[in-house]
Amino acid sequence: MDMKVKQKLGLKERYALMTRGLDWQTTYQPMDAVFPYDKFEGIKIHDWDKWEDPFRLTMEAYWKYQAEKERKLYAIIDAFNQNNGHLGVTDARYINALKIFITAVTPLEYMAHRAYSHVGRQFRGAGARVACQMQAIDELRHFQTQIHSMSNYNKHYNGFHDYRHMNDRVWYLSVPKSFGEDAFTAGPFEFLTSISFSFEYVLTNLLFVPFISGAAYNGDMAATTFGFSAQSDEARHMTLGLEIIKFMLEQDPDNLPIVQRWIDKWTWRGIRLLSIVAMMMDYMLPKRVMSWKESWELYFEESVGALFKDLARYGITVPACWAQTKIEKEHVSHQTWATFYQYGAAAGFHTWLPGKEELDWLSEKYPDTFDQYYRPRLEYWAEQAAEGKRFYSKTLPMLCQVCQIPMFFTEPDDPTKICYRETDYNGDKYHTCSDGCKHVFDNEPEKYVQAWLPVQQIYQGNCFNPGVDPTAEGFDPLAAVLDYYHIVSGRDNLDFDGSEDQKNFDVWRQTAKNNT
Amino acid sequence: MTVIAIKPYVGEVRDRVENFHGNQLLFIGWEDHLFFASPYAFPFPPAMRFGDVLEQVLPGTYGVHPDWSKVDWDQAQWFKSGQPWVPDVNKSLAENGLKHKDVIRFRTPGLTGIKGSFS
Amino acid sequence: MSNVFIIFQTNEDTRNIVEAILQDNDAASVNEQPAMVRIDSPGMLRIRRETVEDKMGRDFDLQELHVNLISLSGNINETDDEFSLSWKH
Repeated sequence: MDMKVKQKLGLKERYALMTRGLDWQTTYQPMDAVFPYDKFEGIKIHDWDKWEDPFRLTMEAYWKYQAEKERKLYAIIDAFNQNNGHLGVTDARYINALKIFITAVTPLEYMAHRAYSHVGRQFRGAGARVACQMQAIDELRHFQTQIHSMSNYNKHYNGFHDYRHMNDRVWYLSVPKSFGEDAFTAGPFEFLTSISFSFEYVLTNLLFVPFISGAAYNGDMAATTFGFSAQSDEARHMTLGLEIIKFMLEQDPDNLPIVQRWIDKWTWRGIRLLSIVAMMMDYMLPKRVMSWKESWELYFEESVGALFKDLARYGITVPACWAQTKIEKEHVSHQTWATFYQYGAAAGFHTWLPGKEELDWLSEKYPDTFDQYYRPRLEYWAEQAAEGKRFYSKTLPMLCQVCQIPMFFTEPDDPTKICYRETDYNGDKYHTCSDGCKHVFDNEPEKYVQAWLPVQQIYQGNCFNPGVDPTAEGFDPLAAVLDYYHIVSGRDNLDFDGSEDQKNFDVWRQTAKNNT
Repeated sequence: MTVIAIKPYVGEVRDRVENFHGNQLLFIGWEDHLFFASPYAFPFPPAMRFGDVLEQVLPGTYGVHPDWSKVDWDQAQWFKSGQPWVPDVNKSLAENGLKHKDVIRFRTPGLTGIKGSFS
Repeated sequence: MSNVFIIFQTNEDTRNIVEAILQDNDAASVNEQPAMVRIDSPGMLRIRRETVEDKMGRDFDLQELHVNLISLSGNINETDDEFSLSWKH
């Protein structure tokens, strides 16, 4: 009897069947009218079929593995919650890093979900569309799993209660919000360069690998699980980022200068955004895995360095900020924490000064800068606080027009001088914190003049609740702004020591040890 | 290129001077004192006397620093947009040529912050 | 030659995968950190389905890697039998 062997399709063929030939040339309407957004940026594409997806995940496999990830994640979260896992974290100070996470990162995940859905519609190539569609679903999953994982903390700790409202209003949250809005309002190719390449491939390892490993080290299995579960999708997203870059560069030589400009811009914007992660690593983990500087060297200088060596064959060079970042890795975590410490009355989380052992750790990790520039300040503030004179800045800071971070970064060649850059445009002055942010502004000023800078908005009277009268006698502007933010003063802000969080944690931990 | 978009547009300037109810913004930084995280932003009426900024406003902002009581304004060096500049304390901000969102800094020679750390 | 790397969550499945990688990649090195394991390899790293199946004692689809993967670097090439990362073209 003749046996007819039915050859199983290989992975590449299976994937091709899913992503090729599903699209068509439109006839009722011109293609340019159906896909109006994928040309104005100047990127030239000649053959969309040259698009190569490195991960060839079919829909069937996608659902199967994502479902498995979800089952694992919720099993761990349930166990963590049922066992009061939050009492097993090293110290409740750590939980303040999660408050930053849910207010700053989680809303960005949702924005990313919307943006990938939008961009997935705009490419005329089916391969890119499928990749964006899967990523849009992933981003929604990250948003949901982060909320579910952190909702248990919200039952016990302050500051988690209104993350979405805060994201649109609170001064430091305008940094991630404006970063996302800048990316999501760009054209589809710039968007993929910004988020898929510069953010996901070049930078997210710094948040989701060493910081999340640090969360595990501090006993937080909830954050570890959502963090690593999200990052398992990121591995796929990173390959989309690398593919879009290669695809643009292989399609037409005219694309090179545009791509290089986007890489320079978005690497810099991402690095500014990561300032807060630097501070979370160095100041907010009671037990530390590695310093920010060490993470930077491993995941940026070494890994990203290898990537750019590879891209050199297309004529791409390392991002323009490369030399400056090698200097800033020594400073940025200290400068950021010092800023939050002095504006701790206006933050939605608690701040503190490092203890003696922590100062010594920082001195050891930053031998060239910490003792010289940062330790004296922190020790002086500790002395003052001990005398009942805890230092709070009462005047609002000057912000960078582009990254919207207070202008606390120093000159690349002199860590004792604040870096000031400015541009005159249409009769107004615009200030930026760095050459990187100034270049971004100067390239597209009409976009950045629109920045909703929290300090300027407060001074215009736009950050008070309806009905509040700023001219009334005894008006307290800080109190009015905190009301508008939904930050409860005396509960969500100020020092960790003496906070409700600190007291509750101590009492609960005690009752976890015995019956009284 | 000022606009990269599907069609040209004019961005809305959200912090133009008309929005500040008669005030204009002035940014002020104290050199060599990184104790204060960043330069500060102030809304001032353009007719305000420059000396009043030094005497009435800045002490509330910088007074907590141990160097503040040692500041000698006769020795202070001023910079506007990074260039040397000499203000007249008895003239108004407008008469001193200060416009909306100008940035000025002052350096107080000999004062270098906590234990000489420039903080 | 630059390193490529791959990072997995630490668990029973990945213990077998890591063993398989070390068997098939002489120059690979392991770095264990809280809850994760990172493998670096100069220039190239390959994961062979057969070796993983030997270690696990069951069938293994290379796309199962997605479940426990944290991060990676390098250019990916993926077939039914082998998943590789490299800086080659």
